[in-house]
Amino acid sequence: MHGRPRKAPKPEEEAASVAKAQKLRTLQTQFFSFHHNKIYTKEAVELSAKLLEINPESYTAWNYRKLAVEHYLSQPDCNPDLIKSVLDDELRVVENALRQNFKSYGAWHHRKWVISKGHSSVDNELRLLDKFQKADSRNFHAWNYRRFVAESMNRSEQDELKYTEDMIYKNFSNYSAWHNRSVLLSALFEKKAEGFLSKEKVLPEEYEFIHQAIFTDPDDQSGWFYHLWLLDQTVTTDSPLLASSWPGHGYDVLLVEDRCYNGSAFSPFTALHSDSGSFPIVLYFNQPVGGVSSSTVTVECGFNKNEDLLWKPLSASNSQTARVWVAHLKIPSSDLHSTVEVSVGHSKGIISTRGFEYSHPSMFSFKVRVQPMERDFSQVSVAESISLREESFKIYGTQSEESIINSFNQLSIKYGHESTASNWRSEALAKEIECFRELLSLMDCKIGKLTLARLLMAYDVMSYPFANKLVHSEEVLELYSDLMKLDPTHYQYYKDEHSMVLLHKVTSSKESLLQHCFQYKDSVSSAICGPICLRLNNLSLSRMGAFEKLLWVQMLDLSDNELQSIEGLEAMQLLSCLSLRNNKLRSLTALEPLRKLKLLRVLDISYNQIGDHSIDTTRYLCSSPLSHSVGSESNKDETVTSGVALIDNWEAFYIFKDFNLNQLDIVGNTIADEKFKSVLVKIMPKLKQLDGKLLG
Amino acid sequence: MDDIPPYPPIDPTTFDLIVIGTGLPESIIAAASSTASKSVLHLDPYPFYGSHFSSLPLADLPSFLSSHSTSPSPPRSPSSDDPNEFSLLEFATRPLYSSIDISTFSPNLLDQHSRKFNLDVAGPRVFFCADKSIELLLRTGTNQYMEFKSVDATFVGDNKGNLWSVPDSRAAIFKDKSLGLVEKNKLMRFFKLVQGHLAGEQDIKISEEDLQSPFVDFLNKMGLPPKIKSFILYAIAMADYDQEDTGVCRDLLKTKDGIDQLALYNASIGRFQNASGAFLYPIYGQGELSQAFCRRAAVKGCLYVLRMPVTALLVDKDTGCYKGVRLASGQDIFSQKLILDPTFKVTLPSGSSPPLPLKEKLPFFSLKDDKGKIARGICITKTSLKPDISNFLVVYPPRSLFPEQVTSIRLLQIASNLAVCLPGMFVLYISALCNDDDQGKKLIHAVMNTLLTVPLDSESNAAVQSETAENGSAVQDETSESSSGGPSDSGEEKPTLLWSALYSQELTLGQVDFICSTPMPDGKLNYNDLIDTTFKIFQEIYPGEEFFPETSLENPEGDGDASPET
Repeated sequence: MHGRPRKAPKPEEEAASVAKAQKLRTLQTQFFSFHHNKIYTKEAVELSAKLLEINPESYTAWNYRKLAVEHYLSQPDCNPDLIKSVLDDELRVVENALRQNFKSYGAWHHRKWVISKGHSSVDNELRLLDKFQKADSRNFHAWNYRRFVAESMNRSEQDELKYTEDMIYKNFSNYSAWHNRSVLLSALFEKKAEGFLSKEKVLPEEYEFIHQAIFTDPDDQSGWFYHLWLLDQTVTTDSPLLASSWPGHGYDVLLVEDRCYNGSAFSPFTALHSDSGSFPIVLYFNQPVGGVSSSTVTVECGFNKNEDLLWKPLSASNSQTARVWVAHLKIPSSDLHSTVEVSVGHSKGIISTRGFEYSHPSMFSFKVRVQPMERDFSQVSVAESISLREESFKIYGTQSEESIINSFNQLSIKYGHESTASNWRSEALAKEIECFRELLSLMDCKIGKLTLARLLMAYDVMSYPFANKLVHSEEVLELYSDLMKLDPTHYQYYKDEHSMVLLHKVTSSKESLLQHCFQYKDSVSSAICGPICLRLNNLSLSRMGAFEKLLWVQMLDLSDNELQSIEGLEAMQLLSCLSLRNNKLRSLTALEPLRKLKLLRVLDISYNQIGDHSIDTTRYLCSSPLSHSVGSESNKDETVTSGVALIDNWEAFYIFKDFNLNQLDIVGNTIADEKFKSVLVKIMPKLKQLDGKLLG
Repeated sequence: MDDIPPYPPIDPTTFDLIVIGTGLPESIIAAASSTASKSVLHLDPYPFYGSHFSSLPLADLPSFLSSHSTSPSPPRSPSSDDPNEFSLLEFATRPLYSSIDISTFSPNLLDQHSRKFNLDVAGPRVFFCADKSIELLLRTGTNQYMEFKSVDATFVGDNKGNLWSVPDSRAAIFKDKSLGLVEKNKLMRFFKLVQGHLAGEQDIKISEEDLQSPFVDFLNKMGLPPKIKSFILYAIAMADYDQEDTGVCRDLLKTKDGIDQLALYNASIGRFQNASGAFLYPIYGQGELSQAFCRRAAVKGCLYVLRMPVTALLVDKDTGCYKGVRLASGQDIFSQKLILDPTFKVTLPSGSSPPLPLKEKLPFFSLKDDKGKIARGICITKTSLKPDISNFLVVYPPRSLFPEQVTSIRLLQIASNLAVCLPGMFVLYISALCNDDDQGKKLIHAVMNTLLTVPLDSESNAAVQSETAENGSAVQDETSESSSGGPSDSGEEKPTLLWSALYSQELTLGQVDFICSTPMPDGKLNYNDLIDTTFKIFQEIYPGEEFFPETSLENPEGDGDASPET
């Protein structure tokens, strides 16, 4: 069934196919007339069988037969014998159709429908399946149907697991068999069936099994896919965990309603400027979760009632699950010192998308101080533009700030009891690493390198909280650089992975992170310390990540990279200044994550490729303005009267209307002509500065 | 041969070709010559087809072997006073078998059912699904006279009685439990390299220099571990002699030949849908093959007379040229060409020197036998050597049983489902190349002692018994010692030997002149070399004729019929 060369049809074959088509058309016309007139006589039903034997793909004919069956079964003189004979007839027709084309969706579906009626012997189905799976052991239709049959006859997962093993022994290049194995094992794990109570016991055996396939023929991909699934099973903990938060535990947060503050007494890392009268609490989980609410997360403080807090998921899609959840606390009105305590998951309800309950209740607390507004400075800052250019920064002095930087160590929340449970996981990973190093010592193998890179990274991440540094990051970076050269077809994927590893490396220790921390030095008021700017510029990043370590960042410089997407950036709720200058953003919809950044005031997207490409490949990944909330939220009359040609610029409207920007740089993009700029000004009436020009 | 019925006269009395003996090469030549429209008379002194390639009932085998083990009887007085213009040169037989050693441990059981056995004289032998004999069977339609079954697996044995399956395919490598991951990887990559080379892929061509170097050097160069090297050399490429000891190795395999062997093996696996392994074995035994070619010849007009001994060669008195043969019936039959079974020998009249022209021809009658010998053994047991599998091959690579073992020993187990023995029994064929009978016995005994329980109360005569014990003692001690701690001993009982026949066979090649001798059974596992030699003999006697031309195809269905019935 596989690997057969296609031959050009001979003239007589073509003639035969024309004749066949002619016959088929006649049959079809006749069939449709029966169908439309709801004629279910014997002749009519037989005609549909004939049609299906020639063309099993005729969905209408299958549906007609379903109607016919229902018709017979609803007759008053219907008895069990008749039911059986009608249904047996259907099974026979399906079998004939499958002989013609055993990859016909309609036929397999019809068979399921007949069997679901519950009048036919299921045992017979297994025999039929054996026949089909012998003819083509990789036919996924048959495998699909097999799962259905196994379930309806209550065949044990263990038996089916044995069956996949037999099939794999016959020929291990069988995606379907490996896949079914993963499905069955997942079910057994979930059931906690005997012998499958702990992954710790089962997974090493499965690793051993897949090694045989991978080492025998590393060029065969089916094994690698199963290995990837095993890796995921090893790395992912069932129940979700809280990875980090802002503010972190023990933070001393200074809230200022002004951009400038006297930094001598407070850490610029934990001082927050907010002009919206509120500040966010961000929870970052290690996997998407749902059910975060004021009943599952309790925030206790003197100035807000827990019940008033509204937790919102931050995700690109509109789903009610996300890794990142945010709630906004009102800033207390007076100069106040207050302690805030946040408890996560003390009552049930936080559930991962895979259905596992959050089971590690945790608590963190931080202090809040409010610094009253100082008018003088605020006046200055309003008029002043913020320039995220080289000359505006000086490297952040590390010597004096040692104590504050220690707070980095609290950014990630540790789970002491997890360390013992995850022992077998890191042991399994270490074993895998050794195994694939051996494979690579034998031969050059792209997918082997990729797997080794994934394993090393997973190992580092798993042991990170204890080792406190990513031991293998240099090696992983090298592997990905290698792969980019070896396998240009998948360059972008390797580039993305390379970026992620680089970001993990940068954020893994305070020393490396501090090398990227700069103090914004206002050219006008040099005496005043601005916030810390994280500069990840010029690192040839194609993707952004490591957000759980960067929740504190207020100024971020990502200029001179190769970013095509800024997915995930919505997690950085404190961002007020962002430079994406000179990247590879190709569309306005790529800016979608920024819509969720309520504190963002300064944005530089100059010198990107927005408008270069007529087809926006990211559009379908983002919400469309036609599909949901946009229409209802906006006041159409208002926008129409403002004279903006919405039809032509719906993307711009959709992206920018929620922005609260003071300052925007968009020069150097194809889209940014004068007309477009005038549209922007209308969409964002609060905008004070566009491409360096003050607006009136 | 006293009770042979009176011979009917043969008519006509002149043929293009007379073939004496119905062994495989003779039968193929008879069939090929008949196909080429030659008139052929095919004679055999025995009442069965196959000569030294036959499959015989249990009781007939010992007598057949011993009838070819005695030295030729001294020539009777030459009938030089023949009234015709011919000289008569009497035939004698060369001894082919020696050290025949028959042991019966279960006389009643076997004697009563002697005819239920079909024991191959020239075993162990199998067909590779893609070898020359299968091609020839298919091309000539001879396959319609035979049925095959698959030999299910190949194992490599060790001196502890373990049988390790040979990872001979991708699926087998994957499944194998004895190979480490690195070994699996190296072996599969080697197979891929060979496949790529054979498929003519430019970037993985094996260099000409490598192809001309010894195969074992190439395997070393590929970094294959010793275990895998041994699998490839002896269980897949079927090398006979220790390839790593150039002092004793008489058949050092070149890389090119080794790769051809791998290609044959690889092409054999999965060639026929019903055959799971690389080999086939014919139902009713290997004797069926010679008989099938005889039937093929008969269809084309070849005349068959069995039970017809030939007594003398007729040569022209003046020129010394071959004219015909005198039959045991006394009838003289004439032909242009003669093909002789290699056991026939022509004796010169004593005291008289042959005529000059004959002298020149005589060197061709004496066959060269400097190729050594092959030791063969046939054992019958009631249990399989390996549970759950009945038909399989076992290879003992050189030095796997004892240090002085310089040749591979091969063992083929065939079960009653191939109609070679009583239901529930198994026939084991064992063979090994050797220099002399003692060495051969030692090799066969080493395998038997490793795998079988030999009962003490044998019926065979004491002389043979003591001789066996003497020859095999060194080996027996050694193997029993090492196997006592082996894993197989603690588990199942070794099969008990019911009957055995051990013998050594001479190895000679065919000769070509106006009369030709065909080759004897060789030491190989399949018939490839024999078919090559047979083809050459045919070309010598009929240089202008095609060897089974395509048009002679009688069975146009081709491949379809060849698939073994299982």
